[in-house]
Amino acid sequence: MSTRDWLLADSPTSRMQANAGRAYRVFTALLRNPLAVLGGLIILVLVLTAIFAPWIAPYSPTGQNLSARLLPPSSQYWMGTDELGRDIFSRVIWGSQITLTIVGLVALISAPLGLLVGAIAGFFGGWVDRILMGITDIFLSLPKLILALAFVAALGPGINNAIIAIAITSWPAYARIARAETLTIRNAEYIQAVQLAGGGPIRVIIQHILPLCTSSMIIRVTLDMAGVILTAAGLGFIGLGAQPPLPEWGAMISRGRTFILDQWWVATMPGFAIIIVSLGFCFLGDSLRDVLDPKSEGKN
Amino acid sequence: MALDQQSAPLDAALIARNKRLRRQAFTVGGFILTVFLTFLGLLAITFFIGRVIPIDPVLSVVGDRATQAQYDAARIAMGLDRPLWQQFISYVGNVLTGDLGRSVSTGRAVVDDLSRFFPATFEMATLGILIGIALGVPLGVTAAARQGSWLDQAIRVVGLLGYSVPAFWLGLVGLAVFYARLRWVGGPGRLDIFYDGLVQPVTGMILIDSLIRGEIDIFWNAVSHIILPASVLGFFSLAYIARMTRSFMLDQLSQEFVTTARVKGVPERVVIWRHAFKPIRVPLITVVGLSYAGLLEGSVMIETVFSWPGIGNYLTTALLNADMNAVLGSTLVIGAVFIVINKVSDVLYRVLDPRAR
Amino acid sequence: MTTLLEVENLRVSFPTNRGRVEVVKGLSFTLGRERLGIVGESGSGKSMTGRSILKLIRKPGEVTADKLRFDGIDILDQSEKQMRAIRGARISMVMQDPKFSLNPVMTVGEQIAEALVTHQKLPRSAVQARIQEMLHAVRINDPERVARLYPHEVSGGMGQRIMIAMMLIPEPELLIADEPTSALDVSVQAQVLDIIDTLVRDKGMGLILISHDLALVSRYCDRILVMNAGRVVEECAAGQLENAQHPYTRGLLAAMPTIDESRDELPVLDRTQWAGT
Repeated sequence: MSTRDWLLADSPTSRMQANAGRAYRVFTALLRNPLAVLGGLIILVLVLTAIFAPWIAPYSPTGQNLSARLLPPSSQYWMGTDELGRDIFSRVIWGSQITLTIVGLVALISAPLGLLVGAIAGFFGGWVDRILMGITDIFLSLPKLILALAFVAALGPGINNAIIAIAITSWPAYARIARAETLTIRNAEYIQAVQLAGGGPIRVIIQHILPLCTSSMIIRVTLDMAGVILTAAGLGFIGLGAQPPLPEWGAMISRGRTFILDQWWVATMPGFAIIIVSLGFCFLGDSLRDVLDPKSEGKN
Repeated sequence: MALDQQSAPLDAALIARNKRLRRQAFTVGGFILTVFLTFLGLLAITFFIGRVIPIDPVLSVVGDRATQAQYDAARIAMGLDRPLWQQFISYVGNVLTGDLGRSVSTGRAVVDDLSRFFPATFEMATLGILIGIALGVPLGVTAAARQGSWLDQAIRVVGLLGYSVPAFWLGLVGLAVFYARLRWVGGPGRLDIFYDGLVQPVTGMILIDSLIRGEIDIFWNAVSHIILPASVLGFFSLAYIARMTRSFMLDQLSQEFVTTARVKGVPERVVIWRHAFKPIRVPLITVVGLSYAGLLEGSVMIETVFSWPGIGNYLTTALLNADMNAVLGSTLVIGAVFIVINKVSDVLYRVLDPRAR
Repeated sequence: MTTLLEVENLRVSFPTNRGRVEVVKGLSFTLGRERLGIVGESGSGKSMTGRSILKLIRKPGEVTADKLRFDGIDILDQSEKQMRAIRGARISMVMQDPKFSLNPVMTVGEQIAEALVTHQKLPRSAVQARIQEMLHAVRINDPERVARLYPHEVSGGMGQRIMIAMMLIPEPELLIADEPTSALDVSVQAQVLDIIDTLVRDKGMGLILISHDLALVSRYCDRILVMNAGRVVEECAAGQLENAQHPYTRGLLAAMPTIDESRDELPVLDRTQWAGT
């Protein structure tokens, strides 16, 4: 029996085989979708760039060279130089680390938080549900960016506070999804069987409900990452996110504002990096949704 | 409610109407309650941000060079010696009476500042949403009608770009291209400097005020300044509206009643606009509402880029000066407008759909 | 009898993950001004046959035929614009479920009027008179009130009568009824079919009645085609049904309960008896 046959077996003999088989099917379905491949490649390149930044970047991201100020893109400086003579290409490369950190941490904080809140609300129902979803709805009905701005203003500028603020404003959407999923499976017979066998609420939620929410969560988180990148860049642009001399893309655009009329490349180049990476997450999220959840196209 | 004329005497219709009225009354009551609770939630959040998170809110008012006596006086004046719930109640009371505190950087009451800056934001966002509707709806409908064509693909890409392009970046690039290079539009600000302050404000919206005063030159100058930032905002609402319109239309076009219309021999143009588009006008109102609220948010970035004297610009200036009263006041106003637009589009939905009536 | 419709080797196919799948595989029949029943279980391709006659199979579906002629017109050769002059005006179709096939945000009157004015330019008063007359013909007693209702305000049986009124108002020569009663209560099924039957006879139209219900089709039709898996397996006059030869038809007949049923269990189709499926 080949590995492929094992993966595609109609009646898997173990849970691992079933999971592996499902992952394989999703993976091959994604490979047939050009946008998914493109999105995946972009994210892969982002990760590799972040890891190998010291070897890829031709110059130091912070080293100043005042004799090479504001040079236009050339074979020596691919994206030109900024007002302190720093190579913009090298700064964009190093900036990928910051972007990846923000995206990763926001996902790691807000997704489990939302998942937990939603699963608890859906599982227990009653007043627990009403209170938790009331809070969620209030957050959802407020503008995310403004809320993040206000939080950062109170916490103080900086990349860590920006991450916290963005995470605080992104969990409610996940709580809604997790609650909806929990409601559909809460009364399933196998959940009742687990409870009859003495499984307490914590065990039911963690072992049986949370795993079933993951596929819709992965779709939503991937789609949201573009928004997270934009919000983070926006905070950086206003001056509340990553602080100089960190090569954060939004902050770089902010620095280039002054020169936009004559030295267009200073502000423009980091913008392209933001767009490409955001598009990558959009492409992948969109195709993941088509593959994992074909019915919900266009609804949010 | 199924009413078969053969089995339905007149009073069945009457009962149905009464039920409907009761349901509407219930909806109105529930609506007011949710709006009220959401506002309370918004106030709780701004209160929390303003009084709880900062390490020491007194310090941000008196500065770090204040004496202990000054510090204590400020602390009592701010009511920070009282329990948190009392502070919250007096905060809600203040907000309800229109007292949002004094801005440290402008030295004026935050409410006055906001009412001065709001019209500029409103003017720009409204023009933006109009652009978004005027282009987004036809594009979305066309994309759905020609699903899979190059136009459909192009609109899909535009839709995704709407989610991936930073608004402030697009504004900057727009300035560089259309203002600096091509000279097609006016630069930052609402008017050229020599027109500034020439029009007595009536509504605060220069496009309208200049027309009221009959200052046609100023009107066209204002148009040349507003068109770029409004178009940038319009692009984002266009992307969202087109994407949602397309998705709604695809849903409708696969419905049986669309096939019915084709069976009748109705021309495709009529099939699309009368049969498929008409039912989605109602959900589209919600989409437009959401997009409009989103533009208010987006205008924070755009106003910074275009030095547009609106609430967004006021907010970012306040943010950088740690002017918390101004920050929270603007957050409150933008949040309130956001909530109202959301809820109103929700209500319109119910009122306009014959099935929900 | 004049020939209204000639179909020869009709094939309808759709692409799937495993290549193109034919749902109609070489169907042939001719139809005069008579009532033809097409019977088959779901998925047998009978609905696709009805839709391909109106050229309503949309991309990526594909229709081919050696001959698909209506009143001498080659349907497959017609442009979309030419088809529009045929649809509704000359060939019409009653769809399955009025809950989905009527436009939810247009009043009943608007929808019927549209069917008429698409094909005939008439003054407003004449249109209204025709609508009233047509609604009367489908036994709706207070047409003025009903014309102002929205589809969700009428029952399923009335919805289907409205559908019939809408489809017959331009006076077509051929009516396709695609499972016209399967979404309705049993109690109103006969009424709806009687209305179709009366109107078709009075106007001398051709009728194709598509259904999964053998008894129903044999009662309302002159001739019957039995379809299975995209092919015709049996063709006979409605009165000759009990003499059917094909094992599939025999199986269907055997599975029908009778009023004086003595069997404990109805037999299940034994699909091994015929080849090709």
